[in-house]
Amino acid sequence: MWALPLVLLLILGVVVVIFYAERKLSAFMQDRLGPMEAGPYGTLQFAADLLKLLQKEDIVPAAADKMLFKFAPLVIFASVLAGFAVIPLTPELVPSGTSIGLFFLLAIVSLDVIGLLMAGWGSNNKYALLGAMRSVAQIVSYEIPAGLAILSVVIISQSLDLQEISFQQGVQMQQFPGYAQEVNYLFGLRALGIDVTHVGGILSWNIVRMPLLSFGFIIYFIASLAECNRAPFDIPEAESELVAGFHIEYSGFRFATLFLAEYAMMLLVSLVAVILFLGSWNTPFPNMGPVKLADWTTGTLGAWSGNLWAFFWLIGKALVLMLVQVWLRWTFPRMRVDQLMHLCWKILTPAALALVLVAAVWRLLMI
Amino acid sequence: MENPQEKLGSLQRRGFWRDLQSLWQGMGLTFKHLVQAKQRRSPLHIADPNYFKQDTGLVTLTYPYESLPVPENGRYRLHNEIDDCIVCDLCAKICPVDCITIESVKATEEIGETSDGTKKRLYAPVFDIDLAKCCYCGLCTTVCPTDCLTMTKVYDFAEVDIKNMIYHFTDLTPEQAEEKKRLWADQQEAIALAKAEAMKARQQQKGE
Repeated sequence: MWALPLVLLLILGVVVVIFYAERKLSAFMQDRLGPMEAGPYGTLQFAADLLKLLQKEDIVPAAADKMLFKFAPLVIFASVLAGFAVIPLTPELVPSGTSIGLFFLLAIVSLDVIGLLMAGWGSNNKYALLGAMRSVAQIVSYEIPAGLAILSVVIISQSLDLQEISFQQGVQMQQFPGYAQEVNYLFGLRALGIDVTHVGGILSWNIVRMPLLSFGFIIYFIASLAECNRAPFDIPEAESELVAGFHIEYSGFRFATLFLAEYAMMLLVSLVAVILFLGSWNTPFPNMGPVKLADWTTGTLGAWSGNLWAFFWLIGKALVLMLVQVWLRWTFPRMRVDQLMHLCWKILTPAALALVLVAAVWRLLMI
Repeated sequence: MENPQEKLGSLQRRGFWRDLQSLWQGMGLTFKHLVQAKQRRSPLHIADPNYFKQDTGLVTLTYPYESLPVPENGRYRLHNEIDDCIVCDLCAKICPVDCITIESVKATEEIGETSDGTKKRLYAPVFDIDLAKCCYCGLCTTVCPTDCLTMTKVYDFAEVDIKNMIYHFTDLTPEQAEEKKRLWADQQEAIALAKAEAMKARQQQKGE
């Protein structure tokens, strides 16, 4: 029941942090100062911007398809928010845990595309329509390499339950129902015979359990950039050619919703990347002999310490990934449509297909 | 013989690895700037030997709070030292955009001297410079015979109301200006009267 307000608070909190970090980091990368006036070092800039957006007039263009236009921000935000329902925030807290969580996530986030198309079509504006078409083409294409990269994780972990995948990647694995006899071997290879179940840390993360999954992580990360329309894949919003793409006609609160959905999407894809590849809410420090780094930074399962440590690691890793997204955005120029499709269909998709094959073989070596 | 391919180095290479390398270089570049953001340029005078040496770190100055010092010979807002002005109207004549408006009233006697010893014989009831029109060419300051019209270092003088961009340099109140005009008119009348009398006297002399 209280998961929804908690997730909303989490989204808002992270968006505030990332919004400020993005402005400051981009400024620093370009030898500027960034916001300095609102609050000390511009820390209240988000409040100023939010107030500005809320005060603005809610304009619905006369020639717009009013139903679609008004409904689109809702669909976009709702689909992103629904994705958070299956994200395990701590070992005990999943807003709505389900055994097909990952499948649900991929399906519900795809609804985003419908919202984008509604916004672009309903605006009755050529830039909006072009932006929406590009956006849909891009997201639909990039769901394939992203889906294949996720599939290879599913093959390794043999589960669609995000909480189960999370437990597999840490020292608490054997405390998950039905996992009392399971063992984590180094690199997942049973033949090596090195038991790392109680070592944990980075050694039990999926990118180490199956080292080739680090390529899967890179594929997923690139594809996720395209899915949340971030640079260098921001052709749907290309400021210099389409002004703002599908949300060109939006103002005021509706624009704020779209903006929030975009940053929430960034958070969501980062969380998914962390959960699937980077050890979810597990600590990166392994137990080394008497130095029980993993146990010290994991806390007790079921107690406050366990939940807080898990939350800290999950959000911390996601924030690092989001900072990398920001870094990429302010470094790379926008890709052309043909380059975008080339990368997706000729490089990422074959690589992801090969990865699925290798992951299947690797899984055979794990049991 | 040297291989020209080798000389061109990594730029000549093609394909996946080169692309990867260039992506990595780009990330390195932005990261370098991010790290250098700890430094900031300081508002040094252009004459400072270190002025051109601050090539790393943030370049933005938070303007109203800090700003680059302007050299002494900065050519910005005009200023007229009215005590030194002989109201010769040369500046108004040379101004390419006609931003200087001068009205003059002749004085009944010598008013005084400027600081360089020139005699002042004209009052200026109107000496207005419309700095919204001014193109900062500086021609008026070069023709000024007494060097009373100068350009100053002040460049930040934007106004909300454009009327406030017109600067009034006269030292006379409207009443004083009226009085000077009247004095001049009275003097002219007196002179005319005296002339007429002198003429009459001469004609009488001739007639006798």
